[in-house]
Amino acid sequence: MTTVQKAPATRRARVGGMSRFQTVLRGVVLALGAVVFLFPFYYMVVGALQTKPDPTLAGAFPNPSNLSFDNFVNVNERIDLVSGLVNSGIFTGGVLLCTVVFGVLVGYALAMLEWRGRKATFALVLLVQVIPFQLLQIPLYVLIARDYGLADTHLGMILPFAINSTAVIIFRQYFLQLPKELFEAARIDGAGELRLLWSVALPLVRPALVTAVLLTFIGPWNEFLWPFLITKDASLQPLAVSLANYISTVAASTDNPFGAILAGAVVLAAPVVVLFIVFQRYFVSNELGSGVKG
Amino acid sequence: MKRILGRQPLGLLFSSPYLAFVMVVFAFPIVYAVWISFHDFFFAAPGAEPARPFVGLDNYVAAFSNPAVIRSFGNVGVFLIINVPLTVVLALLLATALNKVVHARTFLRVSYYVPYVTASVAVVAVWLFLFNGNGLVNSMLGPLAPDPSWLINDKLAMPIIALYVTWKQLGFYILLYLAALQNVPKELYESAEMDGGGKVRQFFSVTVPGVRPATLLVLLISTVTGANLFTEPYLLTAGGGPNGASASPVLMMYQLGIQQGQPDVASAIGIVLVLGVLVIAFIQNRFVGERES
Repeated sequence: MTTVQKAPATRRARVGGMSRFQTVLRGVVLALGAVVFLFPFYYMVVGALQTKPDPTLAGAFPNPSNLSFDNFVNVNERIDLVSGLVNSGIFTGGVLLCTVVFGVLVGYALAMLEWRGRKATFALVLLVQVIPFQLLQIPLYVLIARDYGLADTHLGMILPFAINSTAVIIFRQYFLQLPKELFEAARIDGAGELRLLWSVALPLVRPALVTAVLLTFIGPWNEFLWPFLITKDASLQPLAVSLANYISTVAASTDNPFGAILAGAVVLAAPVVVLFIVFQRYFVSNELGSGVKG
Repeated sequence: MKRILGRQPLGLLFSSPYLAFVMVVFAFPIVYAVWISFHDFFFAAPGAEPARPFVGLDNYVAAFSNPAVIRSFGNVGVFLIINVPLTVVLALLLATALNKVVHARTFLRVSYYVPYVTASVAVVAVWLFLFNGNGLVNSMLGPLAPDPSWLINDKLAMPIIALYVTWKQLGFYILLYLAALQNVPKELYESAEMDGGGKVRQFFSVTVPGVRPATLLVLLISTVTGANLFTEPYLLTAGGGPNGASASPVLMMYQLGIQQGQPDVASAIGIVLVLGVLVIAFIQNRFVGERES
């Protein structure tokens, strides 16, 4: 996808031949932007490794003798990082599983099948995207924590996020691009829809699966408000919640509170950042754009 | 059968898990939120069915006679005034520049969206460290550092949160604009060139109108995101401080509804917040959306 995207850009750059000054200016603006976006991440890692905090400018380029993993040990004594990661993993994994299974099914039905209610269902998928989750905060809390008794359970955490509607739109968009004749032919040969979906359609939309999984992953992994409301039991809290509780309550009683907080932040941020760097070519504008625009 | 359910009724079966999910998690809770906001509602033990009398607009009156709630709406107004225009301008400028770049394109794109994909809880930690009283920002500013410091200054707390959110979300909007820029026909740039329009002129007469649908989307999404503000005032300014200067309506919903056990008043705040967002979205759509010709 990246190569496809590069082509028009190169062509456009040649149109009208930019002046040297403009090219330099553009480079400076973009590079400055990159520094502004990346510096806090660099500083997060530096701060997490500093044994003694140094908030001066010199502290951004620390002396190697002041670097250690002490902060990771300290934060791990207060919040169990491994259990936090496991809970974040279960929460995210549950959402991914439901989104891939049920999202692919509804995406396929919306793109490939003709049935009454198809248009209404697609309108619903679009509508769901603009409903602010925070309006649902109170009724969902009453229903899930109080009425269904799902407080302090992974199921209660997963339920409101179970099927990501943006992923549904991405699946639909990709299924729409598949040649219809292929499916008509297979149907005449007597193949069932589930078989068509599994052995013809799915292998052809593998990039959509990766894009949708990436996009869905960041929701539950980074979510704070909902798991914060629903889990009081520390052993069930995802890492984002236990780190936030650490920031807002107990950090002050540690020798190097910022070092310990930043060490926790590195552990929370690292999986997503690594995932997105590895799979960056699946997270490009065309796919996302089609996902959000519908 | 086929006449009622369509040619391939299997589609309905395939969609049923999703439809059930939307009913349980969106449709019913929305109706329930409205119902709660008009009744005397409190948390009860599971199984107990206390009387929940209809109280008309009492919850709305209770919510909006609380100065802290009114202040939280003002705060989110300040937030939107800073965040939304800044987001549109910066995202479009950076996307336009990025679109013309050939070298280091992947590196730049990834570095722009890294803040967007990272948990706010993790990134807030760095901003706390940077903008803390004796943090890096103040130690660089020296005597120019504000007093009281950024996050505990009632004039600066909300603007810092607005800047933080702009920075954090910008990568996503840059991606949206990059997609939109691919759809602007390059003939338009060529003819603008022919008419002697410079690069700046082309930007305003071709790029800006060409990406208008994306601009509307960016406006809508950033407004909804801003109205949902919670994590940042909760953590960055320690619960909407100083003295409620950075409290958001959603933070008030949490404090009043769940901490203080008044879900009915909190629901009323939620309904007013959503109505406010709808009004803003309508205005944005009216002025920026495609005009019917």
